[in-house]
Amino acid sequence: MTAAHPLPDPAQQPPTGRLAPLGSGYPEGSVLPARLGELIVRAEGLHKWFGDNHVLRGVDLEVRQREAVMCIGRSGSGKTTLLRCINFLEEPTAGTVEIDGLRVAADPLHERSRHHQEQIRQMRMRAGMVFQDFNLWPHMTAIGNCIEAPIRVRGLSTRDAVEVAERYLGKVGLLDKRDEYPSRLSGGQKQRVAIARALCMEPKLLLFDEPTSALDPELIGEVLNVMEELAHEGATMIVVTHEMHFAREAADRVVFLEEGRIIEQGPPEQVLNDPQDERTRQFLRRFLAHAG
Amino acid sequence: MAGGGGAQGTEFTLDVPRRAPIVERITSARRRARVLFRIQFAAVWLILITLIVVGLYAGGRIEPDWLGRNAPFILGGIGITILVSIASIVLATFMALIGALGRLSTNAIVYAVSSFYVSLVRGTPLLVQIYIVFFALPQLGIVLDPIPSGIVALGFNYGAYMTEIFRAGIQAVPHGQVEAAHAVGMPDRLIFRRIVLPQAVRIVIPAVGNEFIAMIKDSSLVSVITVQELLWRARNVGTRDARSIQAFLVAALVYWILTIIFSIFQERLERRLARSDR
Repeated sequence: MTAAHPLPDPAQQPPTGRLAPLGSGYPEGSVLPARLGELIVRAEGLHKWFGDNHVLRGVDLEVRQREAVMCIGRSGSGKTTLLRCINFLEEPTAGTVEIDGLRVAADPLHERSRHHQEQIRQMRMRAGMVFQDFNLWPHMTAIGNCIEAPIRVRGLSTRDAVEVAERYLGKVGLLDKRDEYPSRLSGGQKQRVAIARALCMEPKLLLFDEPTSALDPELIGEVLNVMEELAHEGATMIVVTHEMHFAREAADRVVFLEEGRIIEQGPPEQVLNDPQDERTRQFLRRFLAHAG
Repeated sequence: MAGGGGAQGTEFTLDVPRRAPIVERITSARRRARVLFRIQFAAVWLILITLIVVGLYAGGRIEPDWLGRNAPFILGGIGITILVSIASIVLATFMALIGALGRLSTNAIVYAVSSFYVSLVRGTPLLVQIYIVFFALPQLGIVLDPIPSGIVALGFNYGAYMTEIFRAGIQAVPHGQVEAAHAVGMPDRLIFRRIVLPQAVRIVIPAVGNEFIAMIKDSSLVSVITVQELLWRARNVGTRDARSIQAFLVAALVYWILTIIFSIFQERLERRLARSDR
């Protein structure tokens, strides 16, 4: 039922004090946060060219169950492309992505082949996505947006789908807007419906692509609150964001990208307060100066 | 302060309530201007129509008895005009949907066939197409009655034009809509049917409405293959009695009224759709 973001079950918690293995994204020898579970996402050697533009230059990223990973970096650093390559909205030029045991290798020459498309589709069902500009379907109500895929893709009955949708609309605080069309909702409400829509597929992983960048400043908070709550409840998520304060509060790990590579990653306190790489330091300095 | 002195110093209280009279005056002035505009509009139309009717009547071109005897026969063609128009637009919509999918296909053969259809039909006159269906196809062993011939010719012709309308409408659905559907694992066919098509239909409704209005008028062309619709009947009695002005005037008037009625209907439909999702 709560497959989307199981609450940390004390019985299943790994023993605390476990050392971070190599490639986990945590500094060697450091201690992993106790709530993290098994490895659930593994992206290896992701490359993406757009024409002559080499946007992703070999990215490896592993994510554990219940981990909230926040990707930061200047615009054009490849963070959004990385996210879109993970669920193959962009076909990577090279590399593989594994989500919850399903492994798909980039196959840009046979992108449209039926087998490849079906594999990608299966993988996408495990990874919900929230977009910068919401992309709610305007001809369906809030609940219509939420039950569409559960009914037609997961094969739920309408009654079950509505029950699930009402639960998640309630979770994002919009149960009273269930019969409104998106045009009648504010930006923050639209984005929360979009989050509910993603949750309704009960995915193993949530991908957020700059979810607050299209919002008026006063509406950002309501979306971040929902996301933070999800993170604390143990949803596995990868978030591309410019909200440093949010990253500090909600992230288990912050990943800094620059020119298509992961330059630095680790716990938020470390990356944001005491970055090791000069480029990270420069980015944060500039960013904080602009943010005031 | 301001509130306390309100009883006596009303002139100095905040001006929010005092703004009301001027707002009211602006509103009523605008309403009056709107009403005046409508009255003038109706008056001009009435004058123009009266001028034409009186002019023709004074010139001895309108004979009430002849009209009384023959108008019912001409008006009897309205049903066939409407039947041909509706059947043709339905066929055209069907052709256009298939044509648009073909024009958007990545399959070279499908794309080539649909492009060929659009090019051929748009590049030849509708009248020629009507003649071909009615007079030429029988030589190939395909014999259709006049009405089905007219419907086939009009439907194929309008289908080609509407193919481009539908293609543009489908392409006008933002790509993010499709991405959001992909992201929840919807397969392509389902995405087309549930996400793209409903939005594309809303986008093309004004343009398809215009096509239907044009269709009502172009349906008169099938009179050349003996379909007994409005124009055929008007020409028939008009030439027989040498009363062409009156006969064609009746036909023209009916086409005009039909298109006005449909325009009103179309406007309502558009407004309702606009309300539901904007």
